[in-house]
Amino acid sequence: MDWVLVLTQALNGLQLGILLFLLSAGLTLTFGIMDLINLAHASFFMLGAFFCASATLYFDSFLIGIVCAVLGTALLAFVVEKSVISHLYVRDHLDQLLATFGLILIADTGVHLIWGPAGLAIPLPEPLQGQVRVGELVVPAYRLLIIGVGLFIAASLYWLVNKTRAGMLIRAGASNRQMLSTLGINVQLLFTSVFILGAVLAGLGGLLIAPITEASIGMGNDIIITAFVVIIIGGIGSIKGAFVAALLIGFIDTFGRAFLDSIFALFMSVDAAETAAPAVSAILVYLLMALVLVWRPQGLFPPKLR
Amino acid sequence: MKTTFLISAAIASCAAMPILATAADLKIGFVTTLTTGGAVIGNDMRDAVNLAVEQLDSTMGGKSFEIIFEDDGFKPEIGKQATEKLVKEDNVDIVTGYIWSNVLMASYKSVTRANKIIISANAGPSAIAGKLCHENFFSTSWQNDQTPMAMGELLNARGVESLYMMAPNYAAGKDMVSGVERTFKGEFVGKDLTKWGADAQLDFSAELAKAKASGADGLAVFYPGKAGGAFIKQYQQAGLSDILPLYTIFTVDSLSLPKLQEAKMDGILGSEMSMFWGPDLDNPSNQQFVEAFKEKYDRYPSHYAAQSYDAINLIASAANALDGDFSDTEKLRDALMKAEFDSVRGDFEFGNNHMPIQNFYARKVVADDNGDWTTSITKTVFESHQDVYAADCKL
Repeated sequence: MDWVLVLTQALNGLQLGILLFLLSAGLTLTFGIMDLINLAHASFFMLGAFFCASATLYFDSFLIGIVCAVLGTALLAFVVEKSVISHLYVRDHLDQLLATFGLILIADTGVHLIWGPAGLAIPLPEPLQGQVRVGELVVPAYRLLIIGVGLFIAASLYWLVNKTRAGMLIRAGASNRQMLSTLGINVQLLFTSVFILGAVLAGLGGLLIAPITEASIGMGNDIIITAFVVIIIGGIGSIKGAFVAALLIGFIDTFGRAFLDSIFALFMSVDAAETAAPAVSAILVYLLMALVLVWRPQGLFPPKLR
Repeated sequence: MKTTFLISAAIASCAAMPILATAADLKIGFVTTLTTGGAVIGNDMRDAVNLAVEQLDSTMGGKSFEIIFEDDGFKPEIGKQATEKLVKEDNVDIVTGYIWSNVLMASYKSVTRANKIIISANAGPSAIAGKLCHENFFSTSWQNDQTPMAMGELLNARGVESLYMMAPNYAAGKDMVSGVERTFKGEFVGKDLTKWGADAQLDFSAELAKAKASGADGLAVFYPGKAGGAFIKQYQQAGLSDILPLYTIFTVDSLSLPKLQEAKMDGILGSEMSMFWGPDLDNPSNQQFVEAFKEKYDRYPSHYAAQSYDAINLIASAANALDGDFSDTEKLRDALMKAEFDSVRGDFEFGNNHMPIQNFYARKVVADDNGDWTTSITKTVFESHQDVYAADCKL
């Protein structure tokens, strides 16, 4: 097998995994710590992309676009948390599903009203449009940037969660919420901060993928299901679990799409392989989830419960 | 699953909202996609219809008429509901529109059973062109297989010997691949059918890496809607525009080109596609249409717009022949069949299955005199082409 192709696909898998991680990190924190099922997480993914697209086009700078999008998403997350989400913590999961699904509808319609149905493309600065060559390996420069930024954010999150006092509270929240509030910690403040952090990470994921695809209505809804699979495999509430599971899914999905038809063609006709491969590669991710649930129902790295 | 269900329920309830009836003599229903990302296409069709209405001064055959627009929400079941509402509540004489083959297939019986006329302004599934053809069904677009067949012929003409092809994994995607296979004489070195639907795959990095490694002379793709823009960006970002020429089917059009230009995707300039029409197609009625559309909306019309514009003018020609009396369906059918109107494609003729018999062209992406990106017809690939399913139709 051609090693350049394998290596290219590995990088593609890594990039997909990192995007999934950015989306899942916030989801696993809000689910694990606040016991909140937040479908509207998908809307922050979309809004991050739209904010970035508008600001990039207005200021003609991708960097300013990113800064504006992060600030915009954070501000919006704060407003949404105070006005809607904070009332949902004490409600059951069905109420949360309904309310956050309502938020998705509002966000999608809002985007339709403001930006129209067409979606927005984000122009990249010239150097990022090109490719990076290492020997025979040719990789789009922008995809390398996504990988770099994603790994940096993952490392920062690791530091935040494991080495700081705020991180200690987050971990404590994931393990035992009641104990945390009994100890006199301002749980409300912690919840708001974690919600904003999660929304900003989702927004970052959205704005990073938008120059590759584009900012479009419902772009987050397409990927949120996979993000839920990630946090279930990783263990709800675990950043480390989300990271490992996101990369795992990124690799499985990419390699499934890349090589499954060649593998199937070894023992069935080419036509049958071409028909079967896309179908099987589409369910590989769910197959993995089913296996993990049988083997470790709490996920790969569940937060320690005491 | 739960999300999907809730989304469907919510959209269904929106679609059920009534619209006040008005007092025009003739009523025409127009079903298209006015919400979701598919609304980009639906809006372009609606704009073309409104232009036609304006030019006709809301009168055909001496009678006033109105168009009732309905949204299919990108879903067959909602399209069917919208169609039934038009037929039963609004009592329209003719229903037209229909972007998606699956929406059309779910809806057409609701019209034909009521002995009314249905005119597709885009979708052209093989079934309705062949075995399931109906005397009350007409099309102002094409049959799905024709455009990819023209693509196969274009690839032969361009000397492409090995081809890599990508399309979404659903009925029309497979039709497009088999359409190219019908006429392309070279070898397929690779084929990818990617995930489609509510969570469609939009990141094609793995497939593009395979296409590059395959050593093909050409890459042919069918990615309608937002996936098309995404694909082209990634094609250029992967640096393939210099080494693997791109050929597209229903992927690059006047809806996607302005966005691609904004994102500086100049790798698409010079790429070719097959199509029955182009904004620069040289005939008086097309020039008039493109001029008027640009004047009114400040952009180029897409082929969706051209087909919708033709649909309304086809109906107007029948109304003129019948002095605005649509009560006799048989007479209406005969009048439509004559197709005596100034089509944007020049001469217009229906085959036995009521699909147009028409030319297909190669179009190339170019910048116009103002620097705006558009397409320009480079050669005629098929002359007076009839779809292959017409033979299966007993009309």
